[in-house]
Amino acid sequence: MAGRPRSHIIIFLAPAVLVYTAVMIWPLFNTLRLSLYVSEAGGRHFAGLANFRTLFGDPRWSASFWNALGNNVWFFIIHMIVQNPIGIALAAILSHPRLRFSAFYRSAIFIPTILSFVIVGFAWKLILSPIWGIAPGMLDAVGLKSLFAPWLGKEEYALTTLALISVWQFVGIPMMLIYAALLSIPEEVLEAGEIDGLTGWAAFWKIKLPLILPSIGIISILTFVGNFNAFDLIYAAQGALAGPNFSTDILGTFLYRTFFGFQLQLGDPHMGSAIATAMFVIILTGVCIYLWGIQTRMRRYQF
Amino acid sequence: MNKARHNPLNSAAAHGALILYTLIALFPVFVIIINSFKTRKAIFAEPLTPPVGDAFSLIGYQTVMKQGDFFLYFQNSFIVTVVSLFFILLFGAMAAFALSEYRFRGNTLMGLYLALGIMIPIRIGTVAILELMVQTGLINTLLALILVYTAQGLPLAVFILSEFMRQVSDDLKNAGRIDGMSEYAIFFKLVLPLVRPAMATVAVFNMIPIWNDLWFPLILAPGESTKTLTLGSQVFIGQFVTDWNAVLSALSLAILPVLVLYVIFSRQLIRGITSGAVK
Repeated sequence: MAGRPRSHIIIFLAPAVLVYTAVMIWPLFNTLRLSLYVSEAGGRHFAGLANFRTLFGDPRWSASFWNALGNNVWFFIIHMIVQNPIGIALAAILSHPRLRFSAFYRSAIFIPTILSFVIVGFAWKLILSPIWGIAPGMLDAVGLKSLFAPWLGKEEYALTTLALISVWQFVGIPMMLIYAALLSIPEEVLEAGEIDGLTGWAAFWKIKLPLILPSIGIISILTFVGNFNAFDLIYAAQGALAGPNFSTDILGTFLYRTFFGFQLQLGDPHMGSAIATAMFVIILTGVCIYLWGIQTRMRRYQF
Repeated sequence: MNKARHNPLNSAAAHGALILYTLIALFPVFVIIINSFKTRKAIFAEPLTPPVGDAFSLIGYQTVMKQGDFFLYFQNSFIVTVVSLFFILLFGAMAAFALSEYRFRGNTLMGLYLALGIMIPIRIGTVAILELMVQTGLINTLLALILVYTAQGLPLAVFILSEFMRQVSDDLKNAGRIDGMSEYAIFFKLVLPLVRPAMATVAVFNMIPIWNDLWFPLILAPGESTKTLTLGSQVFIGQFVTDWNAVLSALSLAILPVLVLYVIFSRQLIRGITSGAVK
């Protein structure tokens, strides 16, 4: 290789590096930079941390921010305690070696994941609507009609309902990733366990679960990043105001309203950048905790 | 053989659980589609029965076809998705080839730089992306979306494709060099055909998020002539909230293309995910 002209390396790398730098990395840093400016008549000027002082110090801004962050944390918790266990359970059942129709189940359960948030948001809005009456009708059929409430319209239920709808949509992803991890466990390991009397549930808890922990770590960080920049489902189902009364407002909808403006609120790119910076810090912290705190400490098994 | 792990009771329970969850997964889609073919009265009176006899009606579809320019939205989504995928695959494969084939100073650093975008979502930079598109006059063009989706898809594409390209045999490439092939010919004629399965995996991974994205069309291309199908259905449905026939039909029309794509590519997609491409 030595002595050949190396211009082809540059030509191979250039298009990807240029597009990626110009449209992703540069705007990312520019957004962080813009959070230090404020706009005024005739342009913008450097203002240091003024936007952050407003975001965390001004009671109205900080109330909105902490509300959105708190809702986002709850959104994430629901995913972790509902979506991931269901995904793991489905994968565990599917990975049963002689299960028939497993390809059919896999494809069918994955269907909601390929639908857009707009479809999912509206479809569930219609189904849960008290006007149409599918949900109350079905509850009535099993004698539980008294449990029905307009879940998406009540402040205390709306966020949890939306989180569960999102779980319904995305359960296919942890299912597939765990399924792949379970398939890669060699038969000999399971047979060895069997000889020691570990079958069924015991085999799952004592052999399979420790072996799929790295995949559970990956799912957790994917869920974390996905949840903390989520926006579409809330916007499609509840609009940019994330009603009722901001009870479903998460960081994504808060960012959208702030920088783009909505109805009577004018867009403010600099406050928007400040919120985006906060999101960046949150996501980066999560990713770092995962990379250095969890991934390096997790034991990986080589077969 | 290992009978302990296979008894009929367990198997029945497994099927029971899977059928139950499959019903939960498919029920909303099913309800939307069957009701889109019904009269308004039947939608409310018997939401769970199939659209037969008097209940059958295409009124919703007629409204949608008259009011919304769904063909244009579909075309926009199609162009954006296909062109973005083309650039992700071409640029991604070229960069992956450079990183996996040649040793040069800064190789590892370049790999890490390109991998940054796997974990950091591009949406964080939206404020500056919007500003950039306004300055370059690309606002309300499909090109703005294509650039954003290409940038968004490149990190994972480079990562997956370079893993695969490392497995292509050196002997083959060196044989090509001895025959006088240029580095470009080696890339396009020898390496690309061999990593085609990996390219398909990258394509299906990127296809669905691009097709379904609402955030960037809403911010960068909300104009009537550049609306994508996802944004178009969102706006359309928002306008017709009280016309249940139209809303249900619009939803069904939005579901249809994705479902067709899924039926065509589901094996590829599932194989891609389960082959551990996202380690």
